[in-house]
Amino acid sequence: MHPFTYAKAADMREALNAGWRGGRYVAGGTTLVDLMRETVERPDVLVDISSLPLREVVVTGRGGLRIGALVRMAEAAAHPKVRVLYPVISEALELSASAQLRNMATIGGNIMQRTRCTYFRDVTAACNKREPGSGCAALHGYNRSHAILGTSDHCVATHPSDVAVAFAALEATVHVLGPDGERRIAFADFLLRPGSTPNREQALRKGELITAVEIPAHARPLKSGYLKVRDRQSYEFALTSAAVALHVSGGVIREAKVAAGGVGTVPWKLPAVERHLIGERPSDRLWAEAAEHAADGARPLTHNGFKPELLKRTVERQLRTVGGTK
Amino acid sequence: MSQPQAAVGAAVPRVDARLRVTGGAKYAADNSPDGVVHAVIVESSIGRGRITGIDTRAAEARPGVLKVISHLNAPKLPPVEGRFPPGKPLRAFQDDRVQFFGQPVAVAVATTLETAQHAASLVKVSYDAETSSTDISDADAAGGTQTYARGDADRALDSAPVRLDTTYRTARNHHNPMEPAGIVAQWDGDRLTVWEKTQYVQGTVFTLSGEFGIPPDHIRVISPFIGGAFGNAARAWVHSVIAAMAAREVKRPVKLVLTRRQMYFTVGYRPAYEYGLRLGADRGGRLTASTHDVRAESSRYETYSESVLVPGRMLYSTPNVRQAYDHVPLDVSTPWFMRGPGYASGAYPVESAMDELAHELGVDPIELRLRNEPSDDESSNLPFSTRRLRDCYRTGAREFGWHRRNPKPRSTRDGDWLIGMGMAAGVYDTMRSEAQASVRLDADGTALVQSATSDMGPGTATSMSQVAADALGLTMRQVTFRLGDSLMPPAPVHAGSQTMASVGSAVQDGCDKLRKQAIALAVNDKGSPLHGVDAADIVVRGGRLYAKGEPTRGETYQRLLARNDRTHLEVLGSYAGAPEPERFSLYAYSAIFAEVAVDARLGLVRVRRMLGVYDAARIVNPRLADSQAIGAMTGGIGQALLEHTVTDHRDGRIVNANLADYLVPTHADMPDLKAIFIDGQDYEADPIGVKGLGEVVIVGVAPAIANAVFNATGRRIRQLPITAEALL
Repeated sequence: MHPFTYAKAADMREALNAGWRGGRYVAGGTTLVDLMRETVERPDVLVDISSLPLREVVVTGRGGLRIGALVRMAEAAAHPKVRVLYPVISEALELSASAQLRNMATIGGNIMQRTRCTYFRDVTAACNKREPGSGCAALHGYNRSHAILGTSDHCVATHPSDVAVAFAALEATVHVLGPDGERRIAFADFLLRPGSTPNREQALRKGELITAVEIPAHARPLKSGYLKVRDRQSYEFALTSAAVALHVSGGVIREAKVAAGGVGTVPWKLPAVERHLIGERPSDRLWAEAAEHAADGARPLTHNGFKPELLKRTVERQLRTVGGTK
Repeated sequence: MSQPQAAVGAAVPRVDARLRVTGGAKYAADNSPDGVVHAVIVESSIGRGRITGIDTRAAEARPGVLKVISHLNAPKLPPVEGRFPPGKPLRAFQDDRVQFFGQPVAVAVATTLETAQHAASLVKVSYDAETSSTDISDADAAGGTQTYARGDADRALDSAPVRLDTTYRTARNHHNPMEPAGIVAQWDGDRLTVWEKTQYVQGTVFTLSGEFGIPPDHIRVISPFIGGAFGNAARAWVHSVIAAMAAREVKRPVKLVLTRRQMYFTVGYRPAYEYGLRLGADRGGRLTASTHDVRAESSRYETYSESVLVPGRMLYSTPNVRQAYDHVPLDVSTPWFMRGPGYASGAYPVESAMDELAHELGVDPIELRLRNEPSDDESSNLPFSTRRLRDCYRTGAREFGWHRRNPKPRSTRDGDWLIGMGMAAGVYDTMRSEAQASVRLDADGTALVQSATSDMGPGTATSMSQVAADALGLTMRQVTFRLGDSLMPPAPVHAGSQTMASVGSAVQDGCDKLRKQAIALAVNDKGSPLHGVDAADIVVRGGRLYAKGEPTRGETYQRLLARNDRTHLEVLGSYAGAPEPERFSLYAYSAIFAEVAVDARLGLVRVRRMLGVYDAARIVNPRLADSQAIGAMTGGIGQALLEHTVTDHRDGRIVNANLADYLVPTHADMPDLKAIFIDGQDYEADPIGVKGLGEVVIVGVAPAIANAVFNATGRRIRQLPITAEALL
């Protein structure tokens, strides 16, 4: 670990000032401190924001939710409103990490978490994300867990978050506060695909701080759920995952929100799957046909050739679980 | 020798349980002698080549940094001989060669751990890298590491009515104990004291004595507690030499603890195997021949090999067997014993192939095994001391509900899950070695028993206390067993399931001697109520000696010693080890049953329940034995489904050197695990009648699971671990 200074911000202003001067925000610390130990992250200044008043879950309008950035994963998962309105969020959170980590890690930190690419986390390996221009060891290395969607020749690392997949599916908005005031960023625009600058991961400007993630009000209530496929039963990042939210009325699918995890450089929204579902009647055949589009554009690597097919099956299974039949 | 058995056989809790769970147990790295400083290893980032430069300026400029040691400034150490494994052991900074990725190339020593860590990260090493070879399936073997033959297997195979020809592959596995390797080294002149995590305190003495060219009696190694090891603390590795070297260089006690990442580089692993197996049988399923062509990875500097061939030549009656084990020298660190060494890897192909044969012939897998049950050990021509494998099958089939298994694959469903049952046999050698234990009975009636053994998890102090308590006629509370100090009477390495048999027999011998000494004292003492009684008629219970037929006639150890002005009685117990040559074939056995659920669409395998039935002869403590079995089933689930050390063959880098990417089972992966121990003793094995337990319990777990996966899915995956991509 490299030496650093640490200060706890007493209020928003103090935090933003420190952030503007180059301080790194730390809340639960479950990602940043790990990476500091591996010297992947070498911040000079840590700004502890954990006492800022960003710990509320608020219902906004008809079925909207605003989850404060400092709400712990465990708190968000257990929140009655989250459970009732968006089980997909609770499930994604509860299938993440371990109980200990969920008690520390925050919602803001969760969507900021960095990739699990082992070459990124090994400072002796080439990694454009960690050290721009050094190359990508994963591209032709061991890449079983890596992305098949949204990749570039510069980076094939997966975004590891589960709940971010639910947020992507539900078209959430990220609220940020910075030196220039408040901004709202559509979730689809918040996390960046690597392109030629994999070191740039979020659409945050200098010193900006996430204050909340908002799930927009949906006119029609959604039935939702999250499926995570992984080698072991607990405490592992997804090989593939699917967040699905549907509204079915009169036997017809009126709303469909679908996104996939474990496969993209960012949580992967699946508009082609959604389009295939809207206006149709639920059936096993429909789920299979819609899921056929889940891996459109996939570029598998040496060790993750199984992922496109597994992704389709994951999406199909979760459509069936949420949408019924069989 | 008619002492009542009160403690042995009872499910008493661990004597050190409270210490362990309350943080009271002092592990190696918990020791901080006055003036202790910290050492952090810098490891190579290439897989093979030469170090061309080491820039330590930035590191040494940091306040608090005492020294950075590398081959450029390390003291020259005397030459050493490799005993096991044969070869040239890895030395601490003696030249510029890099032999594998992660090899220690320097060590930073500083006054605080944080400073040492930071300094290590500032050391810049430059290399002249060479192409490394780390892929077992893409490298040439060095032949003839082990061979075995009886009959003419190749010819017999040609004429066998039923034949099977398969290759099984197993991944490299790392031990991953909770406690990382750690050592604190302190010099006093040319005398060295180390607190080290080790399964073999006297082995570390031997290694450090050779490395530093100092007499063994100048070295003391202390290791009272181990936080798990699974074999990887059964050798003094190079980091221990580095710590001692650093302590001598900076003239301060040095503490060195490997990081989790470093635990994948220099403390051994279960090697990857390619096991070519051919079976020949008649139509009735009786084996006529088998050939075993095995390749295993080893380092270039040492030739490691283990008993992977044994199950294939002694488990089943087979007139013709040919075996060849070739090691494949690679640019990797040396493999090492990992739980069930050799047997756990060898049972997988053998027991999978038996399942394949059973399926092929339409015979129940247990029935097939019974048809091939040998009457004696055909590999040694020795009679079995005890072999209750039939009992294991019978009890296991009954308790597991084997009759509910549909032999037709893919025939049992539970929603999206295919359900399957599988079984396998397991076996492990009953090793015994020379051991000693000192026994001291004090005037207060309590006893202290000591031996330089270790406890990596089985509960050595507890089981030894049980043996001692019964032999001395004391209660458990009146006995203390101490271990883990090289100054104690010698004990063999705490590995190979030999501790109970070896040290336990020495403890029993010592305690018997002491009890008899006390009895002799009493019967010859006119002041004793037992004066004149035949010594053979006296038993001791709860610390009181009394005449068998006349329980009221007796006295306590305390009174006896007090009256005779003795502060204590003390004897040395010993056990001579296995006879040379052995007169019997000595093995522990098991039958393992597994039920799995497979989501074939998603490639998921989940173990639903397992049952292990064991013939390990006498069980000293059923609670500890159960813990051994459950732990090993968990390890076996890992071996079967999860554990896989992955190497990037471009540069020999281990890419999953952490516990997020190297998967071991979580609690959710080990739901319903049950162990049954077949009643019995084996006094041909050793005086206390045990056959060893800690190793056999993992053997057979992986093939039982793999066979269950086949029964569930009809897919025979001949590679471990069985992962989603193999099943999709």
